[in-house]
Amino acid sequence: MIKRQRHWVLFFLVTFIAMVLLAACGGGYSEETSGDAGGDTGSDSGEAVELSMLVSETAMDDPGFVAVLDAIEKDLNMKTNVEVRPGGPEGENVVKTRLATGDMADLVLFNSGSLLMALNPSQYFVDLSEEPFMDNVMDSYKEVVSSNDQVFGIPAKSSQVGAWLYNKKVYQELGLEVPRTWDELMANNEKIKEAGKTAVITTYGEAWTSQLPILADFYNVQAEVANFADDYTNGEAKFANTPEAQRGFERIQEIHEKGYQNEDYTVATYDQGMQMIAEGTGAHYPMLTQVLPIIEENYPDLVDDIGVFPQPSDDPETNGLTTWMPDAIMINKEAENVDAAKKWLDYFISDKGIAAYESKAKSIGPYVLKDVELPEDSYAAVEEMQVYFEEGNIAPALEFVSPIKGPNLPQICTSVGSGTMTAAEAAAMYDDDVEKQAKQLGLDWD
Amino acid sequence: MNKNINNMYPYFFLIPAILIYGTFFLVPTALSFFYSFTWWTLTDWEFIGFDNFIQFFQEPSLRIGFRNTLIFAFTTMGGKVILGLALAVFLTSKIRNKDLLRSIVFFPALLSTIAVGYTFSSMMHPTKGVINTILSFFGITGPNWLGNPDIALLSVAMTDIWKGVGIATVIFIAGLMAIPTHYYEALKIDGGNALQAFWHITLPLSRPAMNTVIILALIGGLRTFDLVWAMTGGGPGFSTDLLASIVYKQYAAGFFGLSTAGNVLLFLFVAMVAFPIFKFINRKEVDL
Repeated sequence: MIKRQRHWVLFFLVTFIAMVLLAACGGGYSEETSGDAGGDTGSDSGEAVELSMLVSETAMDDPGFVAVLDAIEKDLNMKTNVEVRPGGPEGENVVKTRLATGDMADLVLFNSGSLLMALNPSQYFVDLSEEPFMDNVMDSYKEVVSSNDQVFGIPAKSSQVGAWLYNKKVYQELGLEVPRTWDELMANNEKIKEAGKTAVITTYGEAWTSQLPILADFYNVQAEVANFADDYTNGEAKFANTPEAQRGFERIQEIHEKGYQNEDYTVATYDQGMQMIAEGTGAHYPMLTQVLPIIEENYPDLVDDIGVFPQPSDDPETNGLTTWMPDAIMINKEAENVDAAKKWLDYFISDKGIAAYESKAKSIGPYVLKDVELPEDSYAAVEEMQVYFEEGNIAPALEFVSPIKGPNLPQICTSVGSGTMTAAEAAAMYDDDVEKQAKQLGLDWD
Repeated sequence: MNKNINNMYPYFFLIPAILIYGTFFLVPTALSFFYSFTWWTLTDWEFIGFDNFIQFFQEPSLRIGFRNTLIFAFTTMGGKVILGLALAVFLTSKIRNKDLLRSIVFFPALLSTIAVGYTFSSMMHPTKGVINTILSFFGITGPNWLGNPDIALLSVAMTDIWKGVGIATVIFIAGLMAIPTHYYEALKIDGGNALQAFWHITLPLSRPAMNTVIILALIGGLRTFDLVWAMTGGGPGFSTDLLASIVYKQYAAGFFGLSTAGNVLLFLFVAMVAFPIFKFINRKEVDL
């Protein structure tokens, strides 16, 4: 008798555990993502409105961003509950999965340009094209957050450039001048190498950093082949049969073959790269200017030793910066309180929002908002960039003018840069990679 | 009547297990076979037949992936069998502090793979890593363990052996303890030495344990992902890509149908390699 009872207890226990497991599967993040259902959007009522927000892990490292969230809480009486996701491809998958399962936060911080287009934004995000605050945003930015005449996001920070960071002290010491052509740059590299320093800092320990010499070359590609971006999107232009585009891979190959890289380039990390450029053990670092605030935090006395110049082309007349548009902040269509979220966005790009940002952080490039000037205490490198912006010698990176970017580009670039693949092989391989991406995006290439 | 109830009674107890098995194993397996034939964006899907499989076989790094997967699986399996058996013989012999030594061998198995990966990749740094610093103390210039495409995979395999040998050793110890001592006593009376004891008694009679280790290590090796990802990310370039990391990269790029097709192929590949070997080695087992 006792034995049989025990069996029943066991049976119920197992069934119960199974049910709990099944229930847990469906539940997910519902608790965190549900905003305050109160429906209150203003600051006049006593109770704070709560909005949830999904951001990438690096966002909270930006003291400026945190300062704006604090200001919004104080001025609008809206509390932002931030959830952090990983960056890179892992993070993209978190976003995709949560959108697909209807489990998204009210506000979403995500890339603009090709990565945003891959999310199919019109299905998930609120169209902001009719909002008055969008008038403050420059048209060039709206282009990278729009599809089908709908606009989905506001810029989360200033623009930046992908270019060659250089250490001014090393340049002074060796009597070098900022190069205007690729040959001049290589001549500088030779002198730096002879002086016993690393000419080109390479950090393949984090593979994404390997792409800069090809991505930053896009200003030069576009100057020579004006239609490249469109033809590439339509499947007509390829890297392998466009010498100007393939030149980017050749430049990576050349840097490797001439031995300009740091000794540990295959495993060096982004952080180590920053340290080398700041301390002047390396003279050049092809990189995004997003490194400046991190360098300032770690080496506050050295950040103004760092200057920036565009990736030089073969023609001295062609000399301009390839720019990166900032990440976007979007509103989830399923958000409980869309009106509050719109107020949140409005504040974020208002003068007050910008002031709050600048009270804690400096911008890494010019703003993409109308009538917002760079403050006087900007980084030396950013001031150097300003000239190109004023003269109009800038072009957005390829990933902002085309929805396609092949996922294997970092691995292909590291292969070229470590001598296991030639530039021509790399270009052909990347073309295949791009074709696969186009198929997945449903572009008609046949 | 009464007999009938008694017959039903045990099946009734299977329901929770079937429920769990069905929900968590059968349904996902069937779904992944289905989605491998579709163009899938998580919300929409479109049936496209064998396109994903064709695409997967055109993957540029696929040949490297297959080759690396086999090299990795067989190297780590071999390392675990040889080292595991050697350690097990040592740890079952008459030594002091046996328990402590056994624990030390088992410790690496308790660590998180990702943590092990990061630790070793910093230890294997070509200029600042501990390993090369020690080597340079003896006047040896150590290689670029993870940065040199020719040896990066073997460096990862070495780490995997270090981490997995503890479990192999434990299985071998259990196997060796099960060998009745009278065989050894008989050998001693006949005047056999230690080498003969190992060769004629220990080795053949530890066969069941060895088979377990071989199969576990092989299947583990064929679908390894985390350690390689933490240590090299498949790099430099594509040189340490394994099948599992190719599938992961496709998933990360948002090619969900394609990566599911890759997973189905990985499943078939593991089965194709593991089943014949399992059959083969089981035939050679002997009774104690």
